[in-house]
Amino acid sequence: MSVKTLKMDGKDLSAREGDTILQVAEENNIYIPTLCHLDGLADVGACRLCVVEIKGRRGFQPACSTVIEEGMEVVTNSETLQKYRRLILELLFVEGNHVCAVCVSNRHCDLQDLAVKVGMNYTRLAYRAPVRDMDLSHERFGFDGNRCVLCTRCVRVCDEIEGAHTWDVRGRGIEASVITDLDQPWGESLTCTSCGKCVQVCPTGALFQKGKSAAEMVKQATFVTYLKSMRESKK
Amino acid sequence: MESHELDELAARERTRQGDYHHQIGVCVGSGCASSRSPQIRAALEAEAKKHGHACRVKGVGCMGLCGAGPMVSVDDDEVLYQHVSESDATRIYAGLEKGEPVEDLVIANDTPFFTKQVRVVRRNAGKIDPDRIEDYIAEGGYSALRKALTEMTPEEVIDEVRTSGLRGRGGAGYPTGLKWSTVSKMKSPQKYVICNGDEGDPGAFMDRSVMESDPHLILEGMAIAGYAIGATQGYIYVRAEYPLAIERLKNAIKQARKYELLGENIFGTDFDFSIEIRLGAGAFVCGEETALIASIEGKRGSPRPRPPYPAESGLWGKPTLINNVETFANITAIIEKGSAWFSSIGTEKSTGTKIFALSGKITNIGLIEVPMGISLGEIIYDIGGGIPDGHEFKAVQTGGPSGGCIPAVHLEVSVDYESLKALGSIMGSGGMIVMDDTASMVEVAHYFMEFSKSESCGKCIPCRVGTAQMYDLLALIISGEATSADLQLLEDLCEMVRDTSLCGLGQSAPNPVLSTLRYFREEYEALLVDAKPVEAK
Amino acid sequence: MITMATVWLDGCSGCHMSILDMDEYLIEIFKRATLVYSPLVDHKDFPEMVDLTLVEGAVSSTDDLAKIKKVRQHTKTLVALGDCAVTGNVPGMRSMFPVSAVMERAYVENADINPGAPTQKIPPLIARVRPVHQIVPVDLVVPGCPPSAKTIAYVLDRLIAGEPVDSAEIARFG
Repeated sequence: MSVKTLKMDGKDLSAREGDTILQVAEENNIYIPTLCHLDGLADVGACRLCVVEIKGRRGFQPACSTVIEEGMEVVTNSETLQKYRRLILELLFVEGNHVCAVCVSNRHCDLQDLAVKVGMNYTRLAYRAPVRDMDLSHERFGFDGNRCVLCTRCVRVCDEIEGAHTWDVRGRGIEASVITDLDQPWGESLTCTSCGKCVQVCPTGALFQKGKSAAEMVKQATFVTYLKSMRESKK
Repeated sequence: MESHELDELAARERTRQGDYHHQIGVCVGSGCASSRSPQIRAALEAEAKKHGHACRVKGVGCMGLCGAGPMVSVDDDEVLYQHVSESDATRIYAGLEKGEPVEDLVIANDTPFFTKQVRVVRRNAGKIDPDRIEDYIAEGGYSALRKALTEMTPEEVIDEVRTSGLRGRGGAGYPTGLKWSTVSKMKSPQKYVICNGDEGDPGAFMDRSVMESDPHLILEGMAIAGYAIGATQGYIYVRAEYPLAIERLKNAIKQARKYELLGENIFGTDFDFSIEIRLGAGAFVCGEETALIASIEGKRGSPRPRPPYPAESGLWGKPTLINNVETFANITAIIEKGSAWFSSIGTEKSTGTKIFALSGKITNIGLIEVPMGISLGEIIYDIGGGIPDGHEFKAVQTGGPSGGCIPAVHLEVSVDYESLKALGSIMGSGGMIVMDDTASMVEVAHYFMEFSKSESCGKCIPCRVGTAQMYDLLALIISGEATSADLQLLEDLCEMVRDTSLCGLGQSAPNPVLSTLRYFREEYEALLVDAKPVEAK
Repeated sequence: MITMATVWLDGCSGCHMSILDMDEYLIEIFKRATLVYSPLVDHKDFPEMVDLTLVEGAVSSTDDLAKIKKVRQHTKTLVALGDCAVTGNVPGMRSMFPVSAVMERAYVENADINPGAPTQKIPPLIARVRPVHQIVPVDLVVPGCPPSAKTIAYVLDRLIAGEPVDSAEIARFG
């Protein structure tokens, strides 16, 4: 394995060939906000919170899915990036109906934490207040579309790790949403194995275990990283 | 087919056509077909029968002046008739016999609309019957493929394309030769050629017309590309909303296979190439190459981050060359006439011609092919015939929802990739929507934002929610209730969505707003209520 | 000594409870500030000019609209206190429905006696619930449901002393 050297926020770093900017940043304690990324799942570069500036490249690149190159110069936290990340979070908060006060994930929600880290404490944008459904048909789990940020972690964990591919996305643009099977009630899904992985990886309160209070509904997404590394070591 | 058989077939067909006293072409493009041109063709055929078949009545591709359709041509473009109806068939024949054209139907063919055009891609359109491969071959069709296969190495083909200066006609203007050479260098037993026929910009119908008018031109260009990069399989991705184009392409593929111009051992060489058609299911975003590839693979058509570029890892993970319809349609001319000839047309950095679809408030509505570097004013006033009904030109929108508006002060701009970009618009795929002094530029921006919003795939946040918020802000401005803070917010969103979106759709979605703000900011400001900025600290 | 006011728009009064939760620290605060208007004290009219006003609650009705505009005019430093004032929060959850459907639900479907929406005294609801800063300029937002007594104490200490508030210290919804 060869070593690459690069500059990140002015610091000279060395990293393994094939690593992403995000991996290198994390190893060197440089914070880059992420939402759709989850170690162990394929990266889709969808949330755009992790975009960084790379010298000599046009536009901004997602740190989660950009592989480092020799001599690369990366800026992870410019004024522009801070402005953009804040605005992206604002978009998320106005898109759905994120009411922390009545959410089962209050105080252990990635979205809420991101707002703190990015310093997003109010928005100039108009709240969209969409009418969205809940699906409580599953015996053990529930889905509240009001809290979904469409990160597709559930879709990926179900497909890549569990192999069931119960979750997918329907519709487009602002109307897009996650669905189970062919947009059938979750409880009637023929493919769902009720493993609950989707619930554990969901960054917000969109997917939750029934009957749990906000204090109890703490999710453990790190099992994905563990499963993936165990599977890889088996190969 | 062996090499010499192509010439024999061409000669046979030319003799056959030469036996006719006259050839009458009826446009069977979508535009004229929608105003009964198939019925007109039938009426003319019935008339021909009466006159003992001395005349050939043929369906032909688009002649360009769609606004004057249905159009009929006599002996190529010796006489052009406009607004023809079925009942005119007898009069047209009577005119042929007397040697006097039907005065009230004639449209002058020596006007700047015709004389100022340079037809490279559209050289056969309006001339050949797109449903007959023999017509195409009689005009020299498939000889470029023969030349490439029998006289040139793949490297020489790529060199020719590179030195021609041809750039992607889908809008971004990436050098075609460079793309070909990248894919050709990839080591892979399997590579693919994809033709992007998912034309979807409002007001754009260039590619549809090329597919409908001269489908073999695309097939031949693709086969040459396949030879150059080392691919044996090609796909044409066409939106399902183009049924006529699909039908013509299907028919063309069938005919090419019959003559073994597609398939195995083409022209007796060891080059194999097949082409299949894949239909888009109505998503604009599938024009984006990674979304298009996902769609061909049977997946949800949403884009993925690049790199890896399709040249490296495309269809089913294999190196893939993906070009637009018009790009492929330029290839045969480059191979046939050489890169020096091609690059003599146009400007230094934008060579060749470009097809534009003229629509909106302009006299001559239709398709034109012009050399790059022509001024916008020449397109609008000379070729386009200016603005009708005594109105003034205000702006032209180029590049559809990814493009921008160019105002009257820039009418002298050279139409090429760099110049249009410098003005905040883009060449785009070729839609030109002309607006007169009655147009509200805020409403234009609102219209295009509605399009981007509803065509966003929803994968990335900036595009999914950003377009919806920008659309709402534009609606608020139009309603007269917005403040200057709202306008500031709109501009902030534009920048962020442009800079952080995943694919070209989102990255370019703010362009219609940014460009109208650049040239017509006072129209936005006039709509604002006089309010102090609302801003928390 | 500065003058201070608190205002209660559409909210549950939890933020005011949190203010009271400062307990004995309230005495420290009121050594430096006089409370001139508040649901907690008995002043009927908003004074001509107040140095510092804390607003709890979202803007939900025409009454809220008029009130917050008036408060803004007569306040030097306006603080949106709590999630309702900052985001709309729970009161905002009705924004996804038309006002008529909300009224129907509250006063007809859920009524045990005398079904029917009130026509007098109750100010009409506006179509969509808005955070305070989307109606009038706000000088500081303090999210939280409610913001803790500690947070409020921190904010008041800084503001009364005329010092800037680090928003990272107080940026948490919920």
